[in-house]
Amino acid sequence: MTNVLEVKGITKHFPGVLANDHVDFDLKKGEIHALLGENGAGKTTLMNILYGLYKPDSGEIFKNGEPVVLNSPKDAIAIGIGMVHQHFMLIPVFTVTENIMLGDESIKNGVLDRRGVSAKVLELSQKYGLEIDPEVHVEDIPVGVQQRVEIVKTLYRRAEILILDEPTAVLTPQEVDDLFRIMRELTSQGVSIIFITHKLKEVLAIADRITVMRAGQVVGTVTPNETDEPHLAAMMVGREVILNVEKEPAKPTEEILTVNDLHVLDQRGLEAVRGVSFSVRAGEILGIAGVQGNGQPELVESLTGLRQSMSGHVTLMGNDVTNRPPRPIIEIGMSHIPEDRQRHGLVLSYPIADNLVLCTYYLPPFGVKFVIQNKAIDEYARKLITDFDIRTPSPYMPTSNLSGGNQQKVIVARELSRSVRLLIANQPTRGLDVGSIEYIHKQIVSMRDKGVAVLLISAELDEIMSLADRIAVMYQGKIVDVLDADKTTKSELGLKMAGAGVSVTP
Amino acid sequence: MEFKRFAFIALIIIVLIGVVVVVGKSEVAPSVIIVSMIATTISVATPLTLGALTGVFCERAGVVNIGIEGMMLASAFFGWFAAIYMNTILEMGALPSLIVGVIAAVVTGGLLGLLHAVLSVTFKVDQIIGGTVINLMAVGISGFLNRQLFFEKQSIFGGQVPHAPGVLPRIHIPFLADIPVVGTIFDQQPITIAAILLVFITHYVLFYTRWGLRTRSVGEHPLAADTVGINVYWMRYMNVIIGGLIAGLAGAYFTLESVPSFEPLMTNGRGFIALAAMIFGNWSPFGSWAAALVFGAAQALQINLQFFRELIPPQWAFLQSSAVVGMVPYVLTMLIMTGIIGKTRAPAADGTPYEK
Ligand SMILES: Nc1ncnc2c1ncn2[C@@H]1O[C@H](COP(=O)(O)OP(=O)(O)O)[C@@H](O)[C@H]1O
Ligand SMILES: [Mg+2]
Repeated sequence: MTNVLEVKGITKHFPGVLANDHVDFDLKKGEIHALLGENGAGKTTLMNILYGLYKPDSGEIFKNGEPVVLNSPKDAIAIGIGMVHQHFMLIPVFTVTENIMLGDESIKNGVLDRRGVSAKVLELSQKYGLEIDPEVHVEDIPVGVQQRVEIVKTLYRRAEILILDEPTAVLTPQEVDDLFRIMRELTSQGVSIIFITHKLKEVLAIADRITVMRAGQVVGTVTPNETDEPHLAAMMVGREVILNVEKEPAKPTEEILTVNDLHVLDQRGLEAVRGVSFSVRAGEILGIAGVQGNGQPELVESLTGLRQSMSGHVTLMGNDVTNRPPRPIIEIGMSHIPEDRQRHGLVLSYPIADNLVLCTYYLPPFGVKFVIQNKAIDEYARKLITDFDIRTPSPYMPTSNLSGGNQQKVIVARELSRSVRLLIANQPTRGLDVGSIEYIHKQIVSMRDKGVAVLLISAELDEIMSLADRIAVMYQGKIVDVLDADKTTKSELGLKMAGAGVSVTP
Repeated sequence: MEFKRFAFIALIIIVLIGVVVVVGKSEVAPSVIIVSMIATTISVATPLTLGALTGVFCERAGVVNIGIEGMMLASAFFGWFAAIYMNTILEMGALPSLIVGVIAAVVTGGLLGLLHAVLSVTFKVDQIIGGTVINLMAVGISGFLNRQLFFEKQSIFGGQVPHAPGVLPRIHIPFLADIPVVGTIFDQQPITIAAILLVFITHYVLFYTRWGLRTRSVGEHPLAADTVGINVYWMRYMNVIIGGLIAGLAGAYFTLESVPSFEPLMTNGRGFIALAAMIFGNWSPFGSWAAALVFGAAQALQINLQFFRELIPPQWAFLQSSAVVGMVPYVLTMLIMTGIIGKTRAPAADGTPYEK
């Protein structure tokens, strides 16, 4: 078979980083070629080079065997390359049609031919089974649909090579299935796809070939039937990785956190949490599963003192902590790994050491009579940096300099090193790669085994299934069911998360 | 939402006109007062309308422009200077001199637009600082040259302000201007008419053309525009320059259409009020025009109340003070900027330099 696209010896330096190191990669017509690698492996960099956004320091690109030079996205579009970026490139206030035609507008009688383009969009969306409404504004549609708009945008430009950069990171399990169906439909009609991800199951499910990158280099290319998850994980990380969390059955004891008929409003004043009750006992992990936007952030914010609830009660170890500010709740014994590490978890401009004592700096041994004890903080920080394997040259680097995975480790180190009775972990491994995920999972299980009550909120079904002892499914602001983790299946959970079999009045 | 905004604007204008009608009705027929108020409103709103359109072009492309005031002032001066130079030194006729003056003003605005683009797009200088630089520079240069040219014995004008070629003549719009009573409204000067046409043209360009779609895209999400092959820098440059040209026309209004003279600082904050009008108009051409008319009406109130000063009833004596009435446009600006009427929404990338 011919290579529609081939790159040879691509090298790209960024200040202090070798993002691509003599990378070779090829794509055959009509195949799905997965590019697998941890965060920072250099996948996006390679794709941005293919899309004309970055210029490589050296290396060559061939289209159908002919060498090409790509100086801008325009050049890439012209030879039939389309890219769906990790962060969508859509303009929220524009309609779907406007977004699709932008840069390649069709003009009729001197004005934008919105109607013509809209018809063309409908035609494309029917041809490939990508349901979209051309007239709505992009800000009003869910991310899964926005992604389809991005795909149609490339098809509208007659792309025959489609680059999907971590397309599944923002999707629900059902949306992932939809995407895979669309990808198969596209390849059956002659489109070739480069599919980027760091999720092992996905590449095995959909790819024709898999190329693994690590630290800027290609480690190897394999086909799904000659490999399996542990093998791929080892290629990705460079060592053996334990994928399944090993844990003993839970031995829950007394109730630590009790939530009673809690109602919470969201930013817009709408009721996001609508009467939630549950309890978490010492020595167990209660998972909250749910598609994004079903009230989980509001629930967590209210439990951690970041948001006032409207009514209901929260009890932590016998203390009424309803609508108390964060500090007293923390002092009673709560740890919180927040969903958005950069907004709620860290002061990015502070040194790592300061972030590590962010909830304890005023207590001995770090703060004695209004004076910060720098020596104690230094020792403590160095210990945590070693224990939690935070990759940094010094405890006094600004935290913003760390990669996402290492920033997350700073939070985990801070939150798991205090003696607490309750751990609220909200999307603790979001955006992390298998190596870091393995580590954080182990830590959470060991907290549980030490008798801590753990509340785990995650949009990743695999994470919930493998960590949680009990799973509460949240849908439209209510807990619709609580299941035993070892007596349920992924598909049952997926359906419950999508609201199947529940009648909830909006 | 939009309806509420326009209804609110109409209401304020009606109230402002109403005040003058109530005060003056014992001497002049209400219909005459209303027509005169409307005509004055449209005319004095011209620099605000144009200034707001300047803002619309710049900010829709993602560049904040608080230098509109300075662009207008500098253009007012250079337009005035060019017209006088043509008329006095080159002995050109009055109308041709005025036309050359308008062109000079527009070019001045365009050059300052170019300067703002260089500062904010290429050098990524903080856009507020860039705009402030233009404002300060315009005050300094126009003030200095004004002294040097017209008050220094050795200057080409011999140290005195020469006789000006007058102001741009009214354009009598056929049929419309002949309607009894109401006709006065359509008897306007050319820059005023151009401003109204530009409102429609800007709307058309922004929302119905390729240029407009691309302009708005670089103001909302420049990286997205870049990934579909749009040259973000070029789009921003051109729109800021177009904005500058329009600000230049606004400058010409002051010295070539409104009064035949230049005074230092004569724009008197109108550039900033124009910016307020643009925001209140939600970055849209028609909204900006409507908001400019509110301020225009406030100014028309001030002008018309002076004719009727003696008629103001004693319990409204405070209206006799021109200081009080003169405050109205500025108080309105502050009230309106507090967002009492609906939320406005700036282009998402407004004020953010684009880094590749
Ligand atoms: N624009 C940039 N400037 C500097 N460094 C960058 C830039 N883009 C990526 N990098 C660095 O290059 C490396 C590879 O990044 P990336 O290609 O985004 O990885 P991946 O997509 O595989 O997660 C990382 O170390 C990242 O920090
Ligand atoms: Mg990436």
